[in-house]
Amino acid sequence: MFNFSNYIVPIFVLGIVIYAFIKKVNIYDSFLIGAKEGLITTFKIAPAVIAMVFVTNIFLNSHVLDFLFSFFTPLLNRFGIPISVLPMAIVRPISGTASLAIMTNIFKEFGPDSFVGRLASNLQGCTDTTIYVLALYFSSIRVKKTGHALAAGLFADLIGIIAAFIITFLFFD
Amino acid sequence: MVTYIWVFFLCIGSLFFLFTGNAESLNNLILKGGSDGINLLLDMLPLLVLWTGIMKIAEDSKILDGFSKLVKPVLSKLFPSLPKDHPALGYIASNIAANALGLGSAATPFGLKAMECLQKDNPKKDTATEAMITFLVLNTGGVTLVPTTVISLRLMYGSANPSEIIITSILATLISNVAGLLFDYYKRRKNHV
Repeated sequence: MFNFSNYIVPIFVLGIVIYAFIKKVNIYDSFLIGAKEGLITTFKIAPAVIAMVFVTNIFLNSHVLDFLFSFFTPLLNRFGIPISVLPMAIVRPISGTASLAIMTNIFKEFGPDSFVGRLASNLQGCTDTTIYVLALYFSSIRVKKTGHALAAGLFADLIGIIAAFIITFLFFD
Repeated sequence: MVTYIWVFFLCIGSLFFLFTGNAESLNNLILKGGSDGINLLLDMLPLLVLWTGIMKIAEDSKILDGFSKLVKPVLSKLFPSLPKDHPALGYIASNIAANALGLGSAATPFGLKAMECLQKDNPKKDTATEAMITFLVLNTGGVTLVPTTVISLRLMYGSANPSEIIITSILATLISNVAGLLFDYYKRRKNHV
C-alpha cells in the first residue's frame, strides 16, 4: 500500500527519459532549459510564498481562532460535534502543516480509530490549502482580479467539511 | 483578493496578540517571520527545478501532447473556453494526476506551468480567465486517491486499519469538487447572460 507511491515517480521519470531517447530528443538540453524555467518560477513565487507564510504564522499563532471557538463550544456540544475538529476544519484551507499538526494532536488524544480521529482523517483528505494555493498560483502570473475563484474554492471546502462529517457518521458510527 | 486576505490575517492576528498582552511573541514573529517562508521555498526549490526539467523533456518528446489528447474529451467539457489542443490541458491533466496520486509537491510545478500557459492567451493580464478559475477550483479541491500522509500518521498512532479512510475521503473529495465545479459553472453562466 505505502510502497505504491514509491514506484510511481521512478517509473514516470524513467519512462519519459527512455521515450525521449528513442524519439531522439536532445534530452540534456531540454532538461537544462526546463530546470532554468523552474528556477525562474521559484524566484517569481518567492515573494508571494514569504508574504503568505508570514501573515499565516501571525494569524495562527495569535490563537484568535481558539478564542472565537470558545463561544461555539456549547452549541457544538449540543449537536455532538467534537470541538477539536472545528479548528482543523477552519485551518485546513489556510495551512496544510497547521491542519496536519491538529490532526496529529487529535490522533494522540483520542486515537485514529475514534470518531474524531476518523473525521479528522477525512477532513485532511477532502480538500487542499485553498487560500495558499490561490495566492501562490495567481501571484505567479501577476493576476490581481480573481473573479469568483476564492468564493468557489471556499464553497467547495465548506461542502467538503459537511460531507466529511456526514460520511464519517454514516460509515463508522 | 489576496490583498484583503493578507491584511485581514495580519491585522486580526496582530491585534489579538496585543489584546492578549503578548507583544513580545508578536515582535519575535515579525522579526523572524521571513525564515519560515524561505524554508518552505528551499524545500520546494529542488523539486520544482527537477520536475520542470523532466517535464520539459516530456514536452519536447511530445508525450505531454499525447497525454492531453487522451484526457481531452473529459477536460474540454470542463474548460469550454479553451481550444481542444491547448497546451495548458496537458499540464492541467498532469497536475490533477500528480495530486490524485498523492504527489502534492510534484503537482505544483505542473500547476504553475498550466497557469503560465493560460496567461499567454489572456487578453486582460491582471484578470483571471474562466479557465484559470475552473482549474484552481479543481486544484484546491485536492482530488487525492491515496492520502499517503494521513495513512502513515494513522499507522504511527496505532490505528487497527489505517487505510479504512481511503474510500470515505475519496467520497468527501468528490462531493466537495462537484460542489465547487457547480458553483463555478453557475457563476460562469450568470456572467455570460
